[in-house]
Amino acid sequence: MKIEVVKNILDANDQVAYINRETFDHLGVIAINIMAAPGAGKTSVILKTAELLDLPIAVIEGDVASTIDSEKVASKGISVVQINTGGECHLDAPMLKEALKRINLNGIRLLFIENVGNLICPAGFELGEHIKVAVSSIPEGDDKPYKYPGLFSKVSAVVLNKIDILPYIDFNMGYFENGVRALNPNVKIFPVSCKTGEGLSEWVEWLKGEAINR
Amino acid sequence: MHELAVTEEIIKIAIDSCKGKRISKINIVIGELSSFVDDSVQFYFDILSRSTLAEGATLDFRRVPAKLRCYNCNKEFHPDSTMVCPFCNSLGGRIIEGEEFYIESIEVKDED
Repeated sequence: MKIEVVKNILDANDQVAYINRETFDHLGVIAINIMAAPGAGKTSVILKTAELLDLPIAVIEGDVASTIDSEKVASKGISVVQINTGGECHLDAPMLKEALKRINLNGIRLLFIENVGNLICPAGFELGEHIKVAVSSIPEGDDKPYKYPGLFSKVSAVVLNKIDILPYIDFNMGYFENGVRALNPNVKIFPVSCKTGEGLSEWVEWLKGEAINR
Repeated sequence: MHELAVTEEIIKIAIDSCKGKRISKINIVIGELSSFVDDSVQFYFDILSRSTLAEGATLDFRRVPAKLRCYNCNKEFHPDSTMVCPFCNSLGGRIIEGEEFYIESIEVKDED
């Protein structure tokens, strides 16, 4: 006998994501899910953004292991909680829900959630965030949007980091941008360098606008 | 390696839907653009389903190819790696199929 089910396999995750979103909205916090490959510069982008934003922020760091990133963030005087996923390749909504119990969000306007370095799995799991952002970087190559369409099609903005090394690498900016826009025509693309500071102010202005308009 | 957590969820949904009968088959739909790998799911499933109503069930994966609707000419196409519309040569389109990841149905044994 056949029984029709038609149920999303990630339904349980999505329900917890909905609870997380209610928590953020209740506190007036805008949550930003930062996704990228390992080494793209997620933590650097968050720290540079924190310097330029005149808004109170907090950070949740997701890593398979270690507290390296959260120590970096804490050393700047920013409120931070580390999630170690213990092998899981992404953050999911229940992990975030647990982490939210350990962080004081009173008075915080923006919460950066740094996902586990991975261009595949994080895109599949809603956390309850308001904004999804991809960080990509010049040394990864210009073909990443074509190889990981799942992630690049879901984000509101792409921060393209390490443009200071463009002179040394064959990176076709038009090809990269086309790959992102093919599935995501309204996405914002911000070429930046966390090393030189180039381009960061445009990204930060956009982020502020998103935060204020919600 | 999130297939482990996903497999647990598949078993839970199937058992919640099986009305107490033994499950012989679980029909799963996976879109080409979803970030899930079916190869390892059956492996985890065989271990995790032991001593449950889902033990011994086979998993059937129906793959749904990606389908875009061209922003320019509005025709539907299956994108290749260039994501260029084969009808009008413009770039990209809105995703209309390929992000699915759900249990469509289960099959249960009637004799129990």
